[in-house]
Order: sequence, then structure tokens, then C-alpha cells
Amino acid sequence: MSLKAFHIIFVIFSTLLALGVGGWCIWVNLVEGAPVYLAGAVASFGCALALVIYGVWFYRKMKRLRIIT
Amino acid sequence: MEIPYTISTRPDTGLWNAKIGIWLFLASEVMLFGGLFSAYVFLRLDAQPGEWPHGLLNVPVGTMNTAILIMSSVTVVLAWAALKMRRYRAYWWYMLATIMCGVIFLFVKLYYEWPQKFEHYGIFIKPGVLEKYEQYLGNNRRTEKGMEPRIEISGHLHNPEALKDPNIKEYEIGLDPVFVDPNNPSNDRPHFLYAPPTDHIAKIEKEDVDRIDSFGPWHSAYFASYFTITGLHGAHVLAGVLVFIYMWLPVSKRLYQRNPEHLANRVEVCGLFWHFVDLVWIFVFPLFYLL
Repeated sequence: MSLKAFHIIFVIFSTLLALGVGGWCIWVNLVEGAPVYLAGAVASFGCALALVIYGVWFYRKMKRLRIIT
Repeated sequence: MEIPYTISTRPDTGLWNAKIGIWLFLASEVMLFGGLFSAYVFLRLDAQPGEWPHGLLNVPVGTMNTAILIMSSVTVVLAWAALKMRRYRAYWWYMLATIMCGVIFLFVKLYYEWPQKFEHYGIFIKPGVLEKYEQYLGNNRRTEKGMEPRIEISGHLHNPEALKDPNIKEYEIGLDPVFVDPNNPSNDRPHFLYAPPTDHIAKIEKEDVDRIDSFGPWHSAYFASYFTITGLHGAHVLAGVLVFIYMWLPVSKRLYQRNPEHLANRVEVCGLFWHFVDLVWIFVFPLFYLL
């Protein structure tokens, strides 16, 4: 497996982690009553979206540059 | 003699040698970390209900470190892509950014997160005097509800000299928030958010103490797993940073001028290792910090 493919897998796992952290923040706010963690949830979901956008950009760029190893 | 198949592929495997080597190495790493993760999961499943600690690690700091590692994976892959496009200057900057990310991660671990644990103490009270300390801390609630008294009182030790000096007869400990407000019903369940010790000091007589331990690997199965896995992971990050520094030094420029594809392949192999190390952290972070 090339670095390119491994990087795409890594971005997928990072996105899942960001979504998980966002869900955890919402849950913590419900259990612990810490509204500041709602901001954390928004930031985490924002990061997940950014990672998806980055992943698509990276895949297209690699394809365009024909960097295949 | 020239080392064969550093750029061209072997006819039998269809890959250059270093790539096969790194994947064999990563397979052994999967087994190493897999064993440790399995040990952690079984220790946790075997723990008595309510005894597995929660909220002892600083989630915002851990999240920041996770973001730094994810960022470093992005910069290392961009460094490799820059070499493929024969843009050495861009490669140099991306590699510097990767090194900086690794150094910041290690700095936060070694100078903030870990030392904080070694200054935090848990005092385990002898079974015969547990009630005495529940009353001392003003905790009527657990007794009234028929709950077991707490066996450990934790916080920041204000007189560490008491650990060695037999003439000092009691420990002075700045209590963790859960002990300052013990009648609060919310303290009957575990908390998932880290809260620093308070200035509320409790005095605990040495003769009532079964054992006193800092929150190091010797404290509990939780901290033994935490320090083993994060320590091993940290050693991998350090190794990666050292290799990246080598790749960033002028020696890499000479290799680039001689054979740019050879340097690109070296960076790809290191990048695969770095991605694996970061992927391990993506599992470590939720396991230890969140769940």
C-alpha cells in the first residue's frame, strides 16, 4: 500500500474520531452539565467536515498529479 | 556496491525493497500494540463496577495533541508530494512543520501531562478507619445511603517531605473536587471531565494510611496501562522525529541532487511509519481520555 492510500485511510479514521469526539462532547454536556462542551462539539463536527473536504481535495490532487507508487 | 531495488521494483515482488521492509515492520508493530490494547480492554472489563477511574486525564489538552498529530500526518504527506513534484524548498518547509508537530506533542506529554500525574497522590486508607475519614471529610451521604466508604483520598500532596521524614506524622493533601463536596449527589457517579485539585487541605494521619502512591504506573492497572501504551507510543514519536530531522538536514539535499526519487522513497517509508504511529494515537485517545 502506498503512502497516498494509507493517508486516505488515515483521514477516514481521523474523520470518524472527530465525529466521535463531537458526540462525546454532546453526551458530556448532557451528563455533566457542561455547556462549554457544546462549543467543543461544534468544533469537532467542523473538524470532521474539514477533514472530509481535505480528503477529497487530496485524492483529486494526487489523481491529477498522477502520483502513483 | 550499490544497494539494489531502492528505486526500481523487484521483479518477483513488484515493489522496491524498503516498502516491503516497512510493511513487515508495521505488521510486527500491529501485534505489539494490539497485545497492549487487548490487555487494557481485559483489565477494564475485569474491574469491579465503579472502580475503573474516569476523568483523570485532561481532555482539551489530549484533543489538542491529537489535532497536532493529525496535522503532522498531513504535512508529511505534503512533503512527500513536494518531492515527487521536485520542489525541494516546499519539501523542506513541510518536513520542518512535521518535526515541529512531533516535538510539540512530546513536549506537552513530557513537560505537562506526565509530570502532573507524578505530583498527584492517592492515599489509601486502612479498612478499619474508613468511616473516620468519611466523617472527617463531612460525607454523611454515602453512610446514609448505605454506600461503601471510599478507600482512596486523592489530591495534590502539599508536604511531599512527609513521604521520607518519619518525624512528620501526617500528610497534607489539597483535595480533588469530589472530596470537597462529598454530599453532592452528582459525586456518587464517576465524572468524565478533569478538574484540578482544590486548595481545600485535608490532614491524614500516617498511621491510618495503608499506602500512598502518586498517579504513576504503580498506582493502579489504569495508570500502568496508560503509561505503558503512551510511553511506547511516545518512544515511537521520538524515533520518527529523529529520522525526520535526519531527512531534513543538508544530507538530504545531497541525496536529492544525486537521485531525487531515492529521497522521495525514503520519505514515503518514513511517512508510512509516521501514519501508523498517528493511527495508534487515534485509538489511544478515545480509549484513555474519553471512555
